[in-house]
Parts: sequence; C-alpha cells; structure tokens
Amino acid sequence: MRKHRIPSRVFTLLVYVFLYAPIILLIIFSFNATKSNRVWGGFSLDWYVELFHNTRLLGALRTTIILSVLAAFIATILGTAAAIGFYSMRRRSRSVCMSINNIPLTNADIITGVSMMLLFVFAIGVFNSSFISEALGVRWRTGFGTLLLAHITFNAPYVILSVMPRLRQLDPNVYEAAQDLGASGWYAFRKVILPEIMPGVLNGLIIAFTMSIDDFVISYFTKGSGVTTLAVEIYTMVKKPVTPEINALSTLMFICVFALLLTVNIRQARQETASLRRKAKLNPGQ
Amino acid sequence: MSKELIRLSDCFMKFDDDVILDHINLYINDKEFLTLLGPSGCGKTTTLRIIGGFQKPTSGDVYFDGVRINDVPPHKRKVNTVFQKYALFTHMNIFENVAFGLRVNKVPDPKNPGKFIKVPESEIKQRVEEALALVNLAGYGKRSVNSLSGGQQQRVAIARAIVNRPQVLLLDEPLGALDLKLRKDMQIELKKIQQQVGITFIYVTHDQEEALTMSDTIVVMNEGKIQQIGTPEDIYNEPKNAFVADFIGESNIIDGIMHEDYVVGMYGRKFKCLDKGFAPGEAVDVVIRPEDIDIVPEAEGQLTGTVTEVTFKGIHYDIIVDFRGFKWLIQTTDYSPVGAKIGVKIDPDGFHIMKKSQYSGTFGDYSSYSSEYDELNEDRLEEDRDDEE
Repeated sequence: MRKHRIPSRVFTLLVYVFLYAPIILLIIFSFNATKSNRVWGGFSLDWYVELFHNTRLLGALRTTIILSVLAAFIATILGTAAAIGFYSMRRRSRSVCMSINNIPLTNADIITGVSMMLLFVFAIGVFNSSFISEALGVRWRTGFGTLLLAHITFNAPYVILSVMPRLRQLDPNVYEAAQDLGASGWYAFRKVILPEIMPGVLNGLIIAFTMSIDDFVISYFTKGSGVTTLAVEIYTMVKKPVTPEINALSTLMFICVFALLLTVNIRQARQETASLRRKAKLNPGQ
Repeated sequence: MSKELIRLSDCFMKFDDDVILDHINLYINDKEFLTLLGPSGCGKTTTLRIIGGFQKPTSGDVYFDGVRINDVPPHKRKVNTVFQKYALFTHMNIFENVAFGLRVNKVPDPKNPGKFIKVPESEIKQRVEEALALVNLAGYGKRSVNSLSGGQQQRVAIARAIVNRPQVLLLDEPLGALDLKLRKDMQIELKKIQQQVGITFIYVTHDQEEALTMSDTIVVMNEGKIQQIGTPEDIYNEPKNAFVADFIGESNIIDGIMHEDYVVGMYGRKFKCLDKGFAPGEAVDVVIRPEDIDIVPEAEGQLTGTVTEVTFKGIHYDIIVDFRGFKWLIQTTDYSPVGAKIGVKIDPDGFHIMKKSQYSGTFGDYSSYSSEYDELNEDRLEEDRDDEE
C-alpha cells in the first residue's frame, strides 16, 4: 500500500484544488482594489462598501432572507407532521409515501420550476375568473406568495428526509409510555416525541433554509415580475459587464452557507457517535 | 387478596381477518401476581394492551373495579406499564424520567377543595427518590439514560411506572432483553417489589420458568384462547391438555385408556394411578414428567426400552428411550449408555391423566428431540408484537 501513498495524495490534492479554486479566486478578487478580475491591484474593502450602497441588491437580499426563513419554518412544520404521519403508517404505505417524497429530490430543478409556474398560472387563472375573486374584489398575481409556496414545496421533502431517521430510532413505545404515565396525546407529543426528534427537525430546518437561499431556477420561474431574490438579481447583473460587487456578495453568501452546512455536519457526526455509544451499551457483546 | 379488580368479559379481537383473541374471559384479583404465558402470537401482549388501554377489543367488555373502561384512554387509567424495550425518554435524565408521571398529573389541592394543583416539587423529589431506592438505583438521578446498562434501564422503567402508585402494574416481557443471570436476579427482585408495594402485577412472558418462579396465578394462552388458569403447582402438576403439559416443562404424552378409576392402560399393560372420574374405556392422554421415571434393571421394569440418546445437562442426564417406536425423555442422575436395554418404573403419582383435546397427538413425542430444541430457541428470538400486528 505504501508505494501508492504519494500519487493518492497528489490526486486528493488535485480534487480539492479543482473544487475550491474558483471560490478561493472569487474571495481573493472580492478584496481587489481595481475592477479587473485578472490583475491584482492591492487590497481594499471598496466592493463591500459599494455592495452595501446598492439598494436593488440589498432589497433582493432582504426578500431572500424573509423568504428563506418563512419557507424553512413552514416547510419544517409541515414536513415534521408529514414524517410523523408516514411513520405511523403500515410498512407498505409508508414505503410508497417515502418513494413519492424522494422523487422531487432527484427531479431536475428546471422541471420543478417550469411545472410550478404552469400550475400557478393555471390556478391564478381559475381563481381570478371565479366568483370569490369577484366578490372580494381581489386579483391574485404571481409574486412573493407564489415564490413562498414554491419554496415550501421543494423544502418539505428535505425536512421529511431528515426527520424520518430520528423517528425510526425512537423506541416504538415511548409515545404510549408517556400516555400511560398520564400525558394526553398533545402533551406526550410536546414533552416526549418532539424533544426526542428535535435534532432531526433542526437539521431539516437548516437544510431547508440553505436550499432556499441557494435556489435560482425555481425562483426564476415562480417569482413573477414584482419581486426578485438575490440569486436572480445576481444573474441579471452578470448579464451586464461584471462588477466585483458580486464577488463581495458571493463571498458573504458562501461563508454563510458554509457555516450552516458545517453546523449540520458537526451535529450529525455528534448524534452518530452518541447513538453508536448507546448501541454499544445495549449490546455489550457486539 | 380475593377482591376482584379487573375483568375481561368475552373479549374478542380481530386484525384484518386474523383472530387474535377468541372470546377471552378472565378476572384478576387485587394484589395478585398474574402471568399471561404462551408462545409468540398467542394473544398475551394484546390482552395486556387491552388492559392498558392501547387497544380496544373488537367486541366484549373490560371492567376495572366494577366500572366498564372500554372507552377510557390510557392516560386516564389507574394502571401503568413497563414496556419490553424500556421506552425511556432519552432526552431526560433518570430523575426526570421517573418524575414524568408526577409532573403530568394534577392532584386535589388540600387547601382548596375541588381545585387541582401540580404536585409540589418537594413531594416529587421525595417520591422519585423513594422509587429509585426501591429499585436499588438510589443516587442515580442525575445520570443520563444512555450511561446505564440494560438491567439498570429496566429498573428505571419500573421506578417510572410505580411512582404514580398505580393499582395495577402491567409488565410486557420486561426481562426479555437481559442475559440469563441478570434475568434470574431480576425475577426475585420483581417479586420482592410486588410484595413491598402491595399492588397487582400482570406479567407477560413466554418463559415458563419465569412464570413458575414469580406468579400467584398463571394464565396459559395459545391461539388466542385461554388454555388453563391456575397456580404454578396446578399448571405443572395437573395440566389440562397436551398443549399445557408440553409448554410447561417437559412431558411425555402417551395414548392410554382409562380401564376404571385409578387404573390406566398403555402399551397393553395396566398401571396404577391416582386419577378418577373418566368413563370406563375412555381414550385419554397420559402425561409422565421426565423426572418421575425411575430407571431399573430390565427384568424389574414395568416397561422396557432402548436408550437412543444421552445428553449431559449438569444436574442430570437427558436420556431418550425408545419404547416400541415412541420415544420418551427421562431425566435421571444415573448414566446409561446409548444402546442399553433398560427397564423403567413409574409410581402411581407419576401419572397424570388428561381428557383428549385438539392438541392430542401433536405434542409429547421426543422422536425429533434435538430439532424441537432448535425451534424453541427460534421462538424466543421472535418478537411477540410483530406477529400480532
């Protein structure tokens, strides 16, 4: 094995260089004093200053954050409820539901985006020609509402996927045990089930939040004309000559997402060691 | 001791098309240690879950202290359960696990009649510590669930269930996951706890030895029906049918004919026994326990046979003897080599005569002795619940 060590190290290094070189380059040039993306003109924070004076970009950032937080929270509540529902099904219906849940995860964003746009256009058409719209004097249009619905929809499967393993680890009798000791159904859920699956719920929340911040394709098709998200705004800016503000913004976004994903990974690693320790304790022979 | 506390009246239970409980009638006395005993899928866990309120019978009634409780949800019943896999709350420490039942429930306010208040913190502390002391875990309150061994977790589950001072404690194979030595210790300890707290224990197990050790009353179940109810001595000495005789301990079950009171015939010979009340000439099942058979020289034997298998068991030998094609199990401290011709002698109190039943002919032959042992072991690994759901 020893003689393969050097080539394998070189290979690993190359993999990481190709993975991270673009991002590192982007971070470096976000501190560049000149406008060029090729020539280093000295260190400066000018582009960051400029970024925070760009009201269009800041507006898009605000929309994105509100959207991501709302979508992540609602998707987490719905997804957790759905996961508990799936969990209490019989084995066959459960696996059918989980397979259906997994389809959107592997589906191309472009298809999800286009199909949602079609659905919204159809639904809006039906609504606006209905008597409800007339009676209330309200016309529904694509905008923040449709954007939020779309984000909740593509986030929920990730939450379900992250809550399910925690439910499976649960002793099948804990809910009954709580009831047996005098807890009503809701009390037992709040005091026993929820705390037991909380790590999975929080992971789901974080994943949903980062997916939302990150999303371009689905947002692009469902946002309508009035609102814009950060990713979409950057895309429109890039169509004109590139300004290094985008480097600055991208650097900030990268750091945020990176920090969040790091938290998720560390949490998962901790849970795994904890559950391994628990298993080792229960079956000391193995 | 004799006051009736729980009654199951004509309880019938069906999942899809499978009959789980077939018209069960059972009453349970106050302060009794009652064991529901049977192989997996016999309906014992379902019976327990009906008493706990986790399942409703398809038809039939459940009474607690004379009141029908079919529609009372589990959290309003005066029974607590110790679950098979402990079902502890892993996000709480030991103290909080035990205190859970006290924190949930409200008690009448002594100063303000008619009003209900939370249990005061000082009382919670005192009662949790009492409960932990009862299960020999005093001082463990601050530890986390995951830092305890399986046996200790089991004790926490018991403490948690008795802290509410229920009238009945339901135990669903609570010792199933423990190793043999620990299980034996816990059996004695459970019996002690039951006597100390003075409440009814309803215990589910498939382990006949466990049932014999701890119970005041054993209910033997199979295929959703109660086969026999009685004290451990009754069940062992006077099994009602071939299933019970085979399930509780080892039994040789032989076809016989009751010639008259106190005389049974088998292998074309007449034997003295202590049973009566059968019709003259009635076909019966004759049970002979392996330890009630004496090996004697061939000439002195009531019957003669050939040894086909010998297994050393520590205290005794298990010897399989072929009596004209029907193989018996004999437990003896005397060694006989394979192939030896031996005689056997059975005292009149060694025979137990049973009426013929649906189980006649299916149990009690040791022709396939070793494979039967394997089946038993497989049975123990299976989980009761999976079968019944």
